[in-house]
Amino acid sequence: MTTGQVIISRRAIMTGLTSGAGLLLAGCPDTQPPNYGNVLRMADNLTYRAQRLLLPRQALAREYDRRDITSIPAIGTTDPADPHGEFYDAAGGAAYERLRSGGFAHWRLTIDGSVARPGSYSLDELKSFPARTQITRHTCEEGWSAIAEWTGVPLRRVLEAAGVKPTARFVNFYTFDGNLDSIDMFDALHPQTILAYGMNGRELPIAHGAPLRVRVERQLGYKSLKFLHRISVTDEFYDPGKLGPLQNGWAWYVGI
Amino acid sequence: MSSQSRTPTTAGAGTGHARWIRVTHWILAASVLTLGISGFTILMAHPRLYWGAVGNDLTPALIELPVSRNYRHGGWEVSTASFPDGGRAVSSIRTYDILNENSWARSLHFLAAWFVVVTGAIYLLAGIFSGHLRRDLLPRRGELTARAMWNDLTAHKRPAPGGPPYGLLQKGSYCAVVFLGVPLMVLTGWAMSPAMNAAYPFLSGIFGGTQSARTIHFCVFVALILFFVAHLVMVGLSGFKRQMRAMTLGGHT
Repeated sequence: MTTGQVIISRRAIMTGLTSGAGLLLAGCPDTQPPNYGNVLRMADNLTYRAQRLLLPRQALAREYDRRDITSIPAIGTTDPADPHGEFYDAAGGAAYERLRSGGFAHWRLTIDGSVARPGSYSLDELKSFPARTQITRHTCEEGWSAIAEWTGVPLRRVLEAAGVKPTARFVNFYTFDGNLDSIDMFDALHPQTILAYGMNGRELPIAHGAPLRVRVERQLGYKSLKFLHRISVTDEFYDPGKLGPLQNGWAWYVGI
Repeated sequence: MSSQSRTPTTAGAGTGHARWIRVTHWILAASVLTLGISGFTILMAHPRLYWGAVGNDLTPALIELPVSRNYRHGGWEVSTASFPDGGRAVSSIRTYDILNENSWARSLHFLAAWFVVVTGAIYLLAGIFSGHLRRDLLPRRGELTARAMWNDLTAHKRPAPGGPPYGLLQKGSYCAVVFLGVPLMVLTGWAMSPAMNAAYPFLSGIFGGTQSARTIHFCVFVALILFFVAHLVMVGLSGFKRQMRAMTLGGHT
């Protein structure tokens, strides 16, 4: 047997093993983000599949009393119009500056993609939906946590109003800074996943994502994107490249 | 392994390590080392520990560890009250560019954690059904006397065979790692997961909150390092080459 044959047969074995293991662990490969052959992303996907498979499906994150509310740091983008920000996007920053100067009166949330009725909502229109207020724990990947009160419209209500198609699997969030990330429909329809416009009984402050941010209570803080302007529903996973977590080396699913 | 090779032997004549023990030992050793390195990297991003449900830079810390440039970094804007009526809760914008290698460190940590959970489960099951845990690891009845412990302590500098029978303190430290240390790491680790917390709130409850669980996670990490150091010292003192041969190639020593 030549060296080439050895390598080929080894590769064949490895391919067989990994695809076999992949099928075993993944189940349906198209319902999770691509791993690009990166072993860390494979482990992320394994955790994702395991938690989706094993954890009770509609468990609510713990909600606290008002007296439990703590101080909370504001990190990441704290002003999308600030050109020195880590995730500054020139076009988004300029648009944000313009809308903020008008008190967000002209801001609208666009909803498109795999929905029957694409369209957009003003802040007042979102506030006319039945609101949900929840006092929850924000857990940062860095290691710290904080308790705050969030008020907003359940994402589920907005998705139902837009008529989500049965093929839809992912909800993508577009922001005014250079961030774009998604959650699966399981998290999107969760009762505590809200589009928050209020925090601690007041309007959502700029540093925490005004005028609208999403709260994803069963994942780490970086999935609760701030400064939203568009929600796009997709049937398949969409990797936004350098705007998203995967191409920056971060896990897409962070329920752990 | 035959039952004959497992009968109690005279002191100094070891029975060696079974193959499944050698394999799981090294997989677990590599995984735990990876967990230690990645875990410390994660700690460096936020080297503050708390007690209770939550804690952050704007709340008091239980311990602050000088392990990265993030230690007591002063980069915060003037804080604003979280409520119109004042109160204690505030919010502040961070202006300091912290050291944060959590992107790879977190994913690597959980990759290694999967290896520990799966290999650890195999080890426990094999250990139960082969009798290894009961026969070799758990101290025997009547073995736990002060005199026996003193004898064991004074016998420590003598060369020892690779594998069981183990000394009394050796059994104790292995039991502490297998039945206390590693399970505590897994449980406190789970207690930090937001999805696990939503599904099983008692997990963080038994440790007094998610931040308490994080602090315990760190304390057990320190305890496991102490075990690791003692383990290496003892392997060295009792004949490094022989011990390594027994744990890799196997066979009687």
